[in-house]
Amino acid sequence: MKLTKAQYDEIAQFLGHVQPTRQSLRQLKEKFPSQSQSTLLSIFSQEYQKQIKRTHAKHHTAEAIETYYQRYLNGVMKNAAAPVLLELANEVDFAPSLMARIVLERFLQEKEQAIPSKTLINSMLRDPSQIPDGVLANQVYQCTVNDCCYGPLVDCIKHAIGHEHEVLLREMLLEKNLSFIAEDQLRAKGYDKTPDFILEVPVAVEGHIIHWIESKASFGDESSHQAYLQDQFWSYWNRFGPGLVIYWYGFIEELDCHRERGILLKDCFPTDIVTLRHSMAQC
Amino acid sequence: MCAVILILVRNKLLPVRAALLFLEVLISLSLLQKDFVPFLLNFLREQTSQILTNGPSTPAKTPNSKARGSHGIGSERRAGHRRSSQKASLGSFLTATPEALPARRGRRKGSNSVSASGRQVARDLGRSLADEEEGKNESLSWSGGRRKRSEVPLVSARSPPSQLNLNNLEEFPPMGAASGWTNKPSRRINPTPVSAERPLSKPKMCFTSTPVSQPLLATWLLCIHLQSCIMLLLLNFRCKLLHQASSPAGISLDPGTATKPSYTRSASLPAESHLVTCANPTKVSCKKQLECLAQLYSSCIAENLVPNIFLELFFVLQLLTSKGTSTAEDEDSDLEVNERSKDAPGRQHFRSVHNCVYFAVQVLDYQYEIISRLEKGMLKLLAENERIASFSPTLHERLRQAYESSTAKVSLMLPCSVQSVSFQPETDNRSNFPSDRAFHIFKKQRDIFYELLREWEDNHEKTGWNFEGVLGNKVRAMMAHLSATCNHSHFARLFQKQLIQMCKGPVGGGASWGDAPDQDVLNMLGSDNLSRLKRLQERFVVPQSIRGPCPPPSFPGCQQFFRDFILSAGSYQFNQHLMDSLCLKILELNGLTLVEHEHSDGEADMDEQDEKKRFAVVLLSLRLLAKFLGFLVFLPYRTVEQPTRDLQDSAVALRNKTLPALDVLMLLRQSIRDQRSILTIPWIVEYLSLVDHIAPLLDYYRKVFCLLLLTVLSEDKEMSFLNKLLILAVLGWLFQVVSPVLLKSAKTVDSVPLVDQQLLYTCCPYLGELRKLLASFVAGSGAKNGGFMRKITPTAAESLAPKHFSLEQVELEQAFFHNQPPSLRRTVEFVAERVGSNCVKHIKATLVAELVQRAEVMLQDKVKEDANHDKLLEEVCAHLYEEGAQALIKGREFCKKKGPEAVRVLLPEETSAAVLSSAEDIAVELATEKACGWLSANIAALIKREVKATFNRMLRVPGFPLPGEDAPEPRRDCPPGCQHCAQFPSQVINEIKDVLCVAVGPRDEGEVVDCAWLECLLGRLSQTLRCRKFMCPTSEQQLAKCTVELASLLGDNPTYGLLKLLLSVWKEDFGTPVPVQLMFSEKNISYLAGVKQREWDLFLFMLHGLVEHDLMRTNEIESCLHGLRESEIRSIAT
Repeated sequence: MKLTKAQYDEIAQFLGHVQPTRQSLRQLKEKFPSQSQSTLLSIFSQEYQKQIKRTHAKHHTAEAIETYYQRYLNGVMKNAAAPVLLELANEVDFAPSLMARIVLERFLQEKEQAIPSKTLINSMLRDPSQIPDGVLANQVYQCTVNDCCYGPLVDCIKHAIGHEHEVLLREMLLEKNLSFIAEDQLRAKGYDKTPDFILEVPVAVEGHIIHWIESKASFGDESSHQAYLQDQFWSYWNRFGPGLVIYWYGFIEELDCHRERGILLKDCFPTDIVTLRHSMAQC
Repeated sequence: MCAVILILVRNKLLPVRAALLFLEVLISLSLLQKDFVPFLLNFLREQTSQILTNGPSTPAKTPNSKARGSHGIGSERRAGHRRSSQKASLGSFLTATPEALPARRGRRKGSNSVSASGRQVARDLGRSLADEEEGKNESLSWSGGRRKRSEVPLVSARSPPSQLNLNNLEEFPPMGAASGWTNKPSRRINPTPVSAERPLSKPKMCFTSTPVSQPLLATWLLCIHLQSCIMLLLLNFRCKLLHQASSPAGISLDPGTATKPSYTRSASLPAESHLVTCANPTKVSCKKQLECLAQLYSSCIAENLVPNIFLELFFVLQLLTSKGTSTAEDEDSDLEVNERSKDAPGRQHFRSVHNCVYFAVQVLDYQYEIISRLEKGMLKLLAENERIASFSPTLHERLRQAYESSTAKVSLMLPCSVQSVSFQPETDNRSNFPSDRAFHIFKKQRDIFYELLREWEDNHEKTGWNFEGVLGNKVRAMMAHLSATCNHSHFARLFQKQLIQMCKGPVGGGASWGDAPDQDVLNMLGSDNLSRLKRLQERFVVPQSIRGPCPPPSFPGCQQFFRDFILSAGSYQFNQHLMDSLCLKILELNGLTLVEHEHSDGEADMDEQDEKKRFAVVLLSLRLLAKFLGFLVFLPYRTVEQPTRDLQDSAVALRNKTLPALDVLMLLRQSIRDQRSILTIPWIVEYLSLVDHIAPLLDYYRKVFCLLLLTVLSEDKEMSFLNKLLILAVLGWLFQVVSPVLLKSAKTVDSVPLVDQQLLYTCCPYLGELRKLLASFVAGSGAKNGGFMRKITPTAAESLAPKHFSLEQVELEQAFFHNQPPSLRRTVEFVAERVGSNCVKHIKATLVAELVQRAEVMLQDKVKEDANHDKLLEEVCAHLYEEGAQALIKGREFCKKKGPEAVRVLLPEETSAAVLSSAEDIAVELATEKACGWLSANIAALIKREVKATFNRMLRVPGFPLPGEDAPEPRRDCPPGCQHCAQFPSQVINEIKDVLCVAVGPRDEGEVVDCAWLECLLGRLSQTLRCRKFMCPTSEQQLAKCTVELASLLGDNPTYGLLKLLLSVWKEDFGTPVPVQLMFSEKNISYLAGVKQREWDLFLFMLHGLVEHDLMRTNEIESCLHGLRESEIRSIAT
């Protein structure tokens, strides 16, 4: 679903300072009933991430970490079953999963007398059962489960969504009889940058030649699109020529401004496809 | 001196009548000298200077140093005009005799000061070219020139005017000095830039002292003889005129005092330009003399005695379109003219517009052959020219017919758009780089390069934008990264490919005229672009855009980006790699077989067209590459100022000891020998057009220039007319912008008509100046001009297979091909190349892939036992190498099967059986040699590389069992008849997450885990797990983990049914191991703490279930519980 910049801004503004909870999500859906749930969730997630990036540093000062850790200790001392960490995160406007990480890191540091490795931390966040403290394990798990923008569970869902849309796109390509080389094949051949699909025979979509298609199971807002252009889309263009990006959860209309240059945006699989020999518009 | 006349008469170049008239004039002359042609040309310029107000001045042949030193230069400077470069005079090769050298040497001091006086302000060709194109550096460079000039005494104190020494270069400096481009190119259009001036350098060697190759010697000697004869003749003529100069009329032709209006006149049309005098044939005076002059002049053109025929044509058109001034017109009574003509015939000849036009029309008539081959738009203008119509109805009629029958439509090309160079795994993937780091850094460099290109494309036309200022640091940062990883060669290749991609077409803004726009093209452009193009077009046809037919070398359009990039990068390493890359490509293209068909039979039409197209593409690419090579090669030697005499000598001494980057001399010799100069000379010209001050003085380049001269001296009547015209045009241009030379008879070899008007005009866009001049004449009357070119879509030129080396076989093969059509050879070589290459690919895809698969299995088994991956890899590979030897056998089979098939399809049906079979054999042999040669050398490395890559991928796959773990179950398929319509895994995970949220808390009021809803969810989970289409390992693992967590959290009121369902899903539907042991973790057990009896019952039920469903064994459960107890004890203890 394409949104105008104005429509998008309205949503973004509403999201100003909401907490990443399922309750907030419910509110958002009620406020914008005409938008699809996935689009709203995607925008929500992106906006929240922007907010976290802005405040990330302030939560990682030595003082802040110490304060959080002490508040956690005091909290669980009083009532180990209470959602101490989750409430602390919400109170200071920080993502619960990230708060869990801070406290876990601090806890391990104290316990092991050394700075724990990132791998270990990540592994414990993924499976809190590995945390050598039952109370903390429960607190951490509560945080990661309740966080709808960060954390291993959310990451996994995002990954799954991405994969599913790639599979969908592949199905559509097969259905339209467009032969392609998929990312894993490209990688095996040693390509340094690989879009999801390279068309073996280019086609024209809405009058623009495309050589490759990239599937994005997210909403295309300004900052994510700029980042993708920089890291991916232009790189694909640099190697394979013009191509198509599908933002399955929509994008801001105004961003589709590189069509002439060779980057086409769509929010669904295109219908107006012209192949070398005939038009498939009717198919 | 009579000899030349006799020759001319004998060759019917000069009618007897004219010869006699001329001899008559000559008899009265006493002084003997030479250098006729320069004099004649100069004479005509001087004579006509008053009347010519249209277009820029045509460079004179023998500019007068004094005039420029004192008067001309001064006024030119004041007017802020710029002149094109003047450099080493190769003309001096011809005019200076060895005996004359000592005399000149004595005066050298003076000559240096002259050259240093700022007359030829030298500038750094590279940067200043760049700056000037954008019209920025003007004041800076000129102030340098001014300062310099003021330090040097003016030259008027030098040789008295009466003592002419035509050997003296100072008094008869090369002609390029005179071209004064006074038009400032419009900044928006950014067309051919104003020249970067280069100083007059003074070659000391004379023509006779240079080595001459034997076969050409005779022709050449004849030429020298002819030359000197003409010079004698003309000197006499000149002296006669000098006498008149001292006449009371005060019309001075003395070089010392005569002004050179061509230097001072602005090229832009004066205000009164609209007052075009009506030329009247009846008002022509001195007809006889004019006719004689026209004949003489035309003979010089026809015999290529002029340095640049197009320059002369330009001049003639200037005469044709001269506007004159009405006042001068009125004063000129016929009587007066006649009277004066007795004393000073020259002066009066061109006094009136009528005379000028008369002369011009005469010359055009003589030059009809050339003119009629010019492009159609030009012919149209000529055919419509009312002056021609009124002065010579016959010529008018001929031109009209030529126009009507002409097919030589030439059109502007559309502005190029940026396209990328595609990534080719063969040259670009990891295996082409020494390290991962180098590979990844290059990945970034490629992207940065295109980022720069896009930025340039968007902004370079904006006011105030400059490459160095905006992109310079980015370019240098990029170079630093390249240096750190030695990636220069990769980048140089990318750079060169992108250069060809963007600039191979004629444009880049160079062409500035053309046909009426093609409607199809306009439709394609859309209305926005259309209006932009129209505006552009208008700019092209306004008279102000006339720049004269000898623009200095430039980097139009996209070429600008590449030049600026090189300059900003300032990287020695990069330049060297780029030069290597350019040389290689030039050699490759220059060596291509371009002409294959037999010209005699008529069926070759299609081949001919293809050949022409291919030739054009190759030629244009070569010229582009050569220009950049020349730019790079001479870049280090480019100086802003003309080096002093001492510096020059030492530089020459030094550089004579070095080898050239590309042996153009050898290539030129080869091309002449092989009659391929039509391909080679045009690009060598581009290369040489960028020489520095010193290079033309080096032994090596002197030989090159001499050979170019000798080349045009050798006659080849078979050469196609337009081929000849192209060579004449480019050489004429070269000698004009680099080193003017008097040419004799520029007839080269090659007979195949490869050049058409499109190519001629594409290579020499300055020829369009002729047309613009005519167009400007009719401008105001709304002449429609400008237009567009059809796009040349080149086909990639495939390089031919490298030769194989079995001596006898090679000879036999040569013999076999000798009497066959050349296309046979090309076909065989092509087939061999492709089949050989396909063979390698096939082996990779079959045998190697098979071996790699086997290796994968072996590795999977062994990796669990052995953690030393490198050693393991070696072992497995060593095992496979033996089998790799099979590659050769299979390769041979492949070539033997595919080669003949391809040859049979590609050769004509009628090819005789014997020829066919020989061709097949050769193709198979070549292909096998190529493929097996490669395979035997590389198969082991290839296998190892592939196995290693596979192994690395294997290790990276999440969930890959490392030593001690079990192998994963093989991937399952969907159940039969699956409609793939189950919920997506992501949605199910999301729902389970929501349930977990409620289960873990905190809960909102009234939130409970609804068992019925849970059962429904598990039902859907089961379906999702069964359909494998959208499932990925991470999703499945997450689902497994989440459901185990869920089981632990079912605190409230789970039902036995729910637990049963869960157990069944775990057992039946998951393709991945379910981490049920997680239920016994401290965390999850803690959820059970303090639960009711019923829930403990449920837990027990679950444990039984796990065992029953084979999800866990009893002893596993026991050990879990045991571990749990121990950690309990530990935590109590601490």
